Amino acid sequence: MIEETRILLRHAEDPKMATLAGYESYGGYEVMKKALKEIEPEWIVNELEDSGLRGRGGAGFSMGKKVSFLPHTNDAKYLCCNADESEPGAFKDRELMQRNPHQLIEGIIISSFAAGIVHAFIFIRGEYDDQADILDRAVEEAYEAGYLGQNILGSGFNLDLVVHRGAGAYICGEETALLDALEGKRGNPRLKPPFPAVQGLYGGPTLINNVETLSNVSHIVANGADWFKSFGTEQSPGTKVVSISGCVKRPGNYEVELGVSLRDLIFGLAGGPLDGHEITAFYPGGSSSPVLTPAEFDLPYSFEAMAEAGSMLGSGSIIVADDSVSIPRMALRTAHFYRHESCGKCTPCREGTNWTEKMLERVCTGEATPMDLDIISSVQDNIMGHCLCVLGDAMAMPVSSMVNKFRDEFEETIASEAAKAWSMPVEELAGVGAGSAGDPVGRTSPGVPPGSPADPASSPGRDVPSGDEPGPGGASPETLRRERLAGRSIPDGSGG
Amino acid sequence: MTPVMPSDFDPRNAEPEDFVPPGLPKDIANTTGRLPVGDPEQVPDPAEVEVPEDLREQIQTVVDKYPDSENSGSPKSAAIPVLWIIQRRYGWCTPEGIVQAACVMQVTPAYLESVASFYDLLRTSPQGEHQVLVCTNLACWMRGGDELLDSFCEKTGADREAAGHGGSLSEDGKVLVSGFECLGACDLAPMASVDERYFGPLENGDAARIVDQLEAGEEVLPEKALERRGLAGGVAESTDPRVTEGKGPNR
Repeated sequence: MIEETRILLRHAEDPKMATLAGYESYGGYEVMKKALKEIEPEWIVNELEDSGLRGRGGAGFSMGKKVSFLPHTNDAKYLCCNADESEPGAFKDRELMQRNPHQLIEGIIISSFAAGIVHAFIFIRGEYDDQADILDRAVEEAYEAGYLGQNILGSGFNLDLVVHRGAGAYICGEETALLDALEGKRGNPRLKPPFPAVQGLYGGPTLINNVETLSNVSHIVANGADWFKSFGTEQSPGTKVVSISGCVKRPGNYEVELGVSLRDLIFGLAGGPLDGHEITAFYPGGSSSPVLTPAEFDLPYSFEAMAEAGSMLGSGSIIVADDSVSIPRMALRTAHFYRHESCGKCTPCREGTNWTEKMLERVCTGEATPMDLDIISSVQDNIMGHCLCVLGDAMAMPVSSMVNKFRDEFEETIASEAAKAWSMPVEELAGVGAGSAGDPVGRTSPGVPPGSPADPASSPGRDVPSGDEPGPGGASPETLRRERLAGRSIPDGSGG
Repeated sequence: MTPVMPSDFDPRNAEPEDFVPPGLPKDIANTTGRLPVGDPEQVPDPAEVEVPEDLREQIQTVVDKYPDSENSGSPKSAAIPVLWIIQRRYGWCTPEGIVQAACVMQVTPAYLESVASFYDLLRTSPQGEHQVLVCTNLACWMRGGDELLDSFCEKTGADREAAGHGGSLSEDGKVLVSGFECLGACDLAPMASVDERYFGPLENGDAARIVDQLEAGEEVLPEKALERRGLAGGVAESTDPRVTEGKGPNR
């Protein structure tokens, strides 16, 4: 069984870590004090670039490079910490902010000092009210201790830090939408270029980094780039807080070196699948990453290995689905989320997410034909890369991966749901065309019994009908899921 | 300016002059509906809008925190935090509250309305005294989020269909029940956010207990609160010398 390598989460179980006194008793803020007095900003930027620290928010871009892109002028520059953690499956920033807010603040102070920034913001999602209160208190403590404000510790360096609460919009996690939200607008993404490093908040150069990325900064400055590179792989140095959730025994946040195997993460740390079930698929990097299957369990968990497998590490959030989860319904949930969260600015995303959801609904009610699966795939192709931001791509990637890798299950769902809707055995229906591509079963036929899922009049809106009758090949995943929930015992996962 | 609509006001058979003249809400605003108060395209005249002194101070403090407050023109950065202040004070973003905020910030009410309507957590209709947001996204759905939402609706009498699409008030109008997209607590799945605090993993039966506790004014399920939860991996001391001999914080 593998062990966690806790750097960011070290001593995090100690409740006093959330206070200034507690953090300082564990050596907190010493690096910041040393940096402001003795270290040249250029050295910090070089060390960050050398360390190879990659952004922990999703894109995995080198943090040091981002800092070095900022122009060396005296214009007002800004730092925004992206704490709008809204990706389904991700909850690592919540843990980091709740347990160790000062580690983040110290990272922000050092990064701002290195880049010559005097205004910093933490953009935290509105749902994290508890964590925002904790941050508010921590920032207040830091001001009182003289670590924020004018002429910090007599070094002549000024920094103001504002905790800004969002109000519930996934799109605000996108860096340019976040800037709009910070400027008090509706959160719509902007055209890039210009990138925020050139023209961001209030038109000034802006550094935008994730909570976990900034939390790493003080550790790198204290120990040097070589120490940091001794963790992880060559292209993915360091440790990563991985959020594991879904159908596993011990869901939660685990900090490991990048490059450990997925098997160690899912089976070793998270305890593997629930009793009596088998894992069928998992998202390796949040809901926007293409799904992988058990065949990929032995891959190392790193940026490069996930990219090579056709997926991505993203925010480092693994959502595990077992045989009780219907893949078409999981695709529908995913599409529903992105349809809800699309800001509506770009047509391919606004229309694409909407129609994908509608088509997947038809799959789950048996109104679709296998040809619709091809249409779903082509819609995804037409979203990818055609919008200002990647929200549309974030739906297109997992949905098309599910349709490609689990096409049989999609076709089975269409056939069995149509059989239910038509109240006839699936074999007979196959003769009418359910199994053969191109024949519009269930859409034009008058044979749909009233009150059936295929009857639009009785369709219960966006939530898809139950599907609790067994399909042709025994119990359907939806039935299994319900059975599992009926007798579920939830692991407490509190760990002691 | 700032006429207040009576609670029984029916826009279908009333003329604008039927509005009751000013009288600012002291506590929970008692208006209903979304008819704008005054002209939404005009920046409110401070001489005409009555803003409680403490509210004005609260808003001004937030506006001053942002660097754009030093610029000329109307600084807008504080729009979201100011709308939060309005929502906390009046229970939701009431038309009167929006006019008051617009007056202090010197922006148009229409602008603030456009911001409020973009974000899921800012409500432009009454949302009751308590809010229960049930996560129905991937991880929670796999572990029974839909069934948990069913249980909350059954207990409160909220409409299940409406609860799944933006929220529905309980029969007595006190509790808002709403299905919600990922709340960022998949480790607690299935979970709910009750009055902005996280609880999970919840059994279906917990729904009734939570609603009873809210109505009785008791502390909600303390044993299932997120803040009482330890790290998933428990207390673990690393033996890796690179960690134990490392410098920097968390030593």
